[in-house]
Amino acid sequence: MATQDVIARSATTTPSPSVREQQDVAKLIDTSLCIGCKACQVACMEWNEVRDEIGSTVGVYDNPDDLTADSWTVMRFAEHETDEGDLEWLIRKDGCMHCVEPGCLEACPSPGAIIQYANGIVDFNQDNCIGCGYCITGCPFDVPRLSEKDNKAYKCTLCSDRVSVGLEPACVKTCPTGAIVFGSKDDMKEHADGRIADLQSRGFDNAGLYDPAGVGGTHVMYVLHHADKPGLYSGLPQDPSISPMVGAWKGLTKPLAMLAMGATALAGFFHYVRVGPNRVEEDDVDDATPPPAAERDERHDADRGGH
Amino acid sequence: MKRDIQRYTANERSNHWAVALLFILSALSGMALFHPALFWLSHLFGGGPWTRILHPFIGVAMSVLFALMAWRFAGRNRIHPRDRQWLSRWRDVVAKRDDELPPVGKYNAGQKLLFWVLLASLAVLLLTGIVIWREYFSGAFAVGLIRFASLLHAFAAFVLVTSIIVHIYAAIWVKDSVGAMLHGKVSQAWARKHHSLWHDEEMRKKER
Repeated sequence: MATQDVIARSATTTPSPSVREQQDVAKLIDTSLCIGCKACQVACMEWNEVRDEIGSTVGVYDNPDDLTADSWTVMRFAEHETDEGDLEWLIRKDGCMHCVEPGCLEACPSPGAIIQYANGIVDFNQDNCIGCGYCITGCPFDVPRLSEKDNKAYKCTLCSDRVSVGLEPACVKTCPTGAIVFGSKDDMKEHADGRIADLQSRGFDNAGLYDPAGVGGTHVMYVLHHADKPGLYSGLPQDPSISPMVGAWKGLTKPLAMLAMGATALAGFFHYVRVGPNRVEEDDVDDATPPPAAERDERHDADRGGH
Repeated sequence: MKRDIQRYTANERSNHWAVALLFILSALSGMALFHPALFWLSHLFGGGPWTRILHPFIGVAMSVLFALMAWRFAGRNRIHPRDRQWLSRWRDVVAKRDDELPPVGKYNAGQKLLFWVLLASLAVLLLTGIVIWREYFSGAFAVGLIRFASLLHAFAAFVLVTSIIVHIYAAIWVKDSVGAMLHGKVSQAWARKHHSLWHDEEMRKKER
């Protein structure tokens, strides 16, 4: 069966098959309900059949201590001391945010290596991946990782295989506290509103939803107790967007540069057509001894008269 | 012909053409990654991954050999005050009014300008290329620097390719220049027409 629900495809300048309309989906991660059990990490490994190498502890609960080509989601643990002197343990499940405007897709030079489905999922197609790592350069969240095994880039797929047959992602399925929920983006926003109202009534005045507008919104959203300071959650960016440098690198400058190079070649061709080759004239060739200066001048005058 | 003047030695010619071949390869593989419309060029190198693998190695080889060539040619490419005058007469240059131009040494001002532009863009390409060489080096650099290097790499490549288009066209336009780089020799008439000061210099050498 052909894929008919692709709304964006890397390095492709014409529309992809996109007649199928689908509902925007979203995963909502409620940091206030997360207990840091890492069941989501295990479910992810299990469903996707990836096993990271056993690492070593770096003195914090994070394990592994960063995303890798085999660990598509990682719980990040941050200790935060409030102004009142209370200690808060802010745990965030890190992974691909499935941006509406994905920096990885913008940066990718290989046609079809990154695709965005009508339901909002941004997926890597490793068959087409060439291993350049431009997706890492383009990502505002530092998510994709190149595998040392096969030099292909990997990240969370939002379980696109499960979602396409009506199942929720593996991490959602396994979460024991209901901190991760999945559904249509509208429903998830509504659900978040209820959670935020509850948090605010319990003293978290700045509780809010993380659905950053700078990347057009995301299909993975967070409920944060401190939505005014996302940086507290292990460096979640305050206002992420595709870097203007990536925009300039991949945007208008490319067609302009192509045009300029083509125009230069064409200019040369037409110059040749109009002006003709620059040859040493016949009468210059007979030059065992250069003629005296006076004679040379005369000849130049004659040349000019001939034009 | 016996009276021909040697313009390039065998070593200079080999060096030039080695750089030229490597330039073609790195430009084609780089263009494949530069714009989706040119991704098909990656097939010339055995597909996308092979293009990604080969491009940086070809680029480094080109930079090293170009550095060697630049070291050979730099002295003759120093910019003199009379070069500005030559450049200001660019209209006469493109209209083939060679008699109107100030006398030229081994290289005219356009060639000298090209030399320094190539040197600068290759230096930028080499340095930024190392920063964005994901397999070996990118891990050592901050993502902001990698983004800046990616942009600069594309820009320097654009400058390089455009300059080389001009270089190739000039060689086709000015007859017998390709021969000078292929077999090394030019006629005295050619030398006197295009590089009169260099011609006189060579003549004085012969007299000695």
